[in-house]
Amino acid sequence: MDKNEYLNLYHQMVVIRRMEEKAAELYQQGKIGGFLHLYIGQEAVSTGLVAARKPQDRIITAYRDHGVAVNVGIETRAIIAELLGKATGISKGKGGSMHMADVSKNFWGGHAIVGAHLPIAAGLALGDQYLKEDNVTICMFGDGATNIGFFHEALNLSMVWKLPVLWVCENNQYGMGTAVERASAVSEIRKKAEGYGMPNDEVDGMDVIKVKEKTAKMLAQIRAGNGPMLLEAHTYRFRGHSMGDPERYRKPDEVSCWEENDPIGIYRAYLTGKKLATVEELDQQDKLAEAEVLEAVEFAENSPEPAPEELFTNIYVEE
Amino acid sequence: MAEITLIEAIRQAMDEELARDPDVFIVGEDVGVRGGVFRATQGLYDKYGSERVIDSPLAELSIAGVGIGAALYGMKPICEIQFADFIAPAFNQIINEAAKMCYRSNGEWTVPMVFRAPYGGGISGGLYHSQSVEAFFTTPGLKIVIPSNPYDAKGLLKSAVRDPNPVLFFEPKKGYRLIKGEVPEGEYTVPIGPAAVTRPGSDLSIFAYGMMHYYALQAAEELAGEGIQAEVVDLRTLYPVDRATILESVRRTGKALIVHEDNLTGGYGAEIAATIAEHAFTDLDAPVRRLAGPDVPGVPFSHPFQDWFMVNPQKIASAARDLARY
Repeated sequence: MDKNEYLNLYHQMVVIRRMEEKAAELYQQGKIGGFLHLYIGQEAVSTGLVAARKPQDRIITAYRDHGVAVNVGIETRAIIAELLGKATGISKGKGGSMHMADVSKNFWGGHAIVGAHLPIAAGLALGDQYLKEDNVTICMFGDGATNIGFFHEALNLSMVWKLPVLWVCENNQYGMGTAVERASAVSEIRKKAEGYGMPNDEVDGMDVIKVKEKTAKMLAQIRAGNGPMLLEAHTYRFRGHSMGDPERYRKPDEVSCWEENDPIGIYRAYLTGKKLATVEELDQQDKLAEAEVLEAVEFAENSPEPAPEELFTNIYVEE
Repeated sequence: MAEITLIEAIRQAMDEELARDPDVFIVGEDVGVRGGVFRATQGLYDKYGSERVIDSPLAELSIAGVGIGAALYGMKPICEIQFADFIAPAFNQIINEAAKMCYRSNGEWTVPMVFRAPYGGGISGGLYHSQSVEAFFTTPGLKIVIPSNPYDAKGLLKSAVRDPNPVLFFEPKKGYRLIKGEVPEGEYTVPIGPAAVTRPGSDLSIFAYGMMHYYALQAAEELAGEGIQAEVVDLRTLYPVDRATILESVRRTGKALIVHEDNLTGGYGAEIAATIAEHAFTDLDAPVRRLAGPDVPGVPFSHPFQDWFMVNPQKIASAARDLARY
């Protein structure tokens, strides 16, 4: 990677962080309604994954999807506008927080029904296999999703058919309010892949460089036709499951212990330690990210609401 | 009598049934330590312990499946599906297993259980957290109950727990804290089956349930100020439905407005309209009118989208006004 690429990863992570903080604020002001699941704490996972893919590799994720949206290059203003349900949002206000998508950037969506997108990821990969394209589908999901049937059916099928999928479990330790070990028979999620004979690995999901390097290695193996693999990224969400979560199920010292392990702090230390960037350069990135998010909020707040007729558009393919 | 919210009434019903019958238990995602995503089970984990208020893995098929198995064994599970939208993975278990057990075994196997699920829009839940699913489940062998107020919610849920059949109990989540009402201290139940005439009137009949019944009462109040006397009927039990009360009402008023939040086409109201057309045709003074959610695949997220989608008291009043003038 050249210096700009290193800085770009840093920029993406800080944009996600600032954007999510702003989203929390907008939610508290009542400007964002419904359910809002923040990516704060997990920035290194999606940033590393997307940095390692080739543009033709697809990425698909669950409902905690704001991070991927930034990483694939959706404009921050279109993401925030979507959170506010505006016509200028990436889904024109129909989707909201959980259903960001932009197929032109090979981002096949945030998906709200837990686990339901895993078989769909297998289908996307089947398309590549059928057409003999050497693309890989990266499918992200949480630890909670590995307890539902979709996960097991999709893993089995992808292995039997040798589909080019990288299954990525973002293990943030909780499925909503239930700790992994209270919901999953094995708390080392990657071991579930072994039941299907699927090669698997794990990575420190708080370290963007480690995520990127591990992902690149696995993508190369899958691209070479070796079939699917599963990567377990150990991470932690610093905030509650959603904005409405009182977090009675975890202790403050548990949260602060992980916060010391901040993915942005870790990457800052890496960049300055390796003399890849100076503190001043990183501070400058922080300012740029902050400005980008503030501009995006202003744009989104001043954007129009969707038009009434949009309620009935795209129910069927419009010819 | 104390005035409590809809969700408090639901919690009280579960609390009292857990206390009354050791065979009753609750199972679902985050129902225990977290107290439920809407806090319906708050405090019950501490009171009854982890063996009776069971946190399950995120797996609706299994929540339904183990519920059915335990019910066959003789237990009385209350299975919480966190959002009605998430019930789809459990569809096979409910339709192909729970609904048919009694019939296939000539009455030998019974499934005394409740599936509780919050349904409906109006809370900015977007496409996958706002759906109404009752029309998918109108299947013999199942009962479908949707309460519209705290008194009925408590009494009907207690009846559902005690019913020897599988009961789907859909709760209008927008009304959880919005709808308040008086609930007496002490034991009572509301029977599954009968509809209720909640406001008598002579000019037309409005048939509704859940959140839409709450709105229908508001609309009727508004109409009364204009001299239109709307009768409001709360269906309460959708399956099997109380045809007698529906027909008696429409024969008296001569006009029927059926209101629900789910999509119009193929929605539950079609069955009511057909019942009226078949059995009360000659009593009608106007065509049967349905007011329902538009035929779009989900409730889109944005506030204006949601407002256009949702039926509300104003839309009900407007439809009723037109019908009254017919």
